[in-house]
Amino acid sequence: MAVLDILTYPDSRLKQISRPIKVIDEALQQFISDLEETMLAGPTSAGIAAPQVGRFERLVIIDVSFKPNIPNHGRLVLINPEIISHEGSVVGREGCLSVPDFTGNVSRFERIHLKASDRAGKTQDYDMLGYEARAVQHELDHLDGLLFLDRLVSRRNSLFRRKVHNQVDLPKQ
Amino acid sequence: MSDWYMLTFVGRDRSGIVAKVTSAIFEGGGNLGEASMVRLGGNFTIMLMVQYDGSGESLEKILSPVCDALKLWKHVDRIEGELHHHLEPDVRISIYGADRAGIVAETTGALAEAGLNILNLESDVGGTADTPIYIMEIDGVAGKGIDVLETALDRLAREKNVETRLVPIDTLMG
Repeated sequence: MAVLDILTYPDSRLKQISRPIKVIDEALQQFISDLEETMLAGPTSAGIAAPQVGRFERLVIIDVSFKPNIPNHGRLVLINPEIISHEGSVVGREGCLSVPDFTGNVSRFERIHLKASDRAGKTQDYDMLGYEARAVQHELDHLDGLLFLDRLVSRRNSLFRRKVHNQVDLPKQ
Repeated sequence: MSDWYMLTFVGRDRSGIVAKVTSAIFEGGGNLGEASMVRLGGNFTIMLMVQYDGSGESLEKILSPVCDALKLWKHVDRIEGELHHHLEPDVRISIYGADRAGIVAETTGALAEAGLNILNLESDVGGTADTPIYIMEIDGVAGKGIDVLETALDRLAREKNVETRLVPIDTLMG
């Protein structure tokens, strides 16, 4: 296990598109463990994407279970994740391990249906909403070379919705 | 090491103010930091951090021609830079109501007492000249917690006839 260095913008590597993962082997398992350790070693974050540590493959780890009282699926390793469908949009504030000392407002889908392979290579489906859906969309953007800076909405007049995660129930799986 | 200055400009709004002012600063050897530039009423206002290797007087001399040409008032203050130390807001508060004298003083006074540190406040006067409405958006840090602010806002809504809304800002770090 090792804590990996996190790339920070303006490192141009953060803007490149990551390739799909074809083989889940022992080397990848080791990398996943290192990525997880890196996420846990830094400031509290909702997730981390492989390209943030310079590995340009479509893999992210998500974990929003540290937030009280929000629907979540615990810690997820998402390999070749894809948003299959989405609904609604909501503005929220985001920061990024790769963009120190700046946060900004970003509009994200409120609900998403996600498909991804898990660590064992099994295809999984997830319905997510609110904070967890936001975390997934933030991390998936890294796989396409996008930062939250690419999606900033104006501070002036941007709409925040009140406690969205308390108003709707997580769909049954 | 260069000094930091806060530059303030105010003048009747017209196109090209930002480009001309910032070009003059750049050509005079200044380096821009953070800025707030906004049209307020028919005026354009700029507050701009500038890093400059020289005195405030020489910076004013660089700015004089462009300010004269654009009819801008200017003001220069020496400041500490303190970049890379952003405070993160944890609450957004919206307040609106029929415009009247004292609305900002009363509401922000109550919020300050309830522990709010304002990081950003933007306000507009909308409606018509006969029945103006005042709209205020505030991002800040709830120093005494959000419940205390909620209570203060409820009281403001009741006693001062304004509409209020508080939304916690739950910044996602990814």
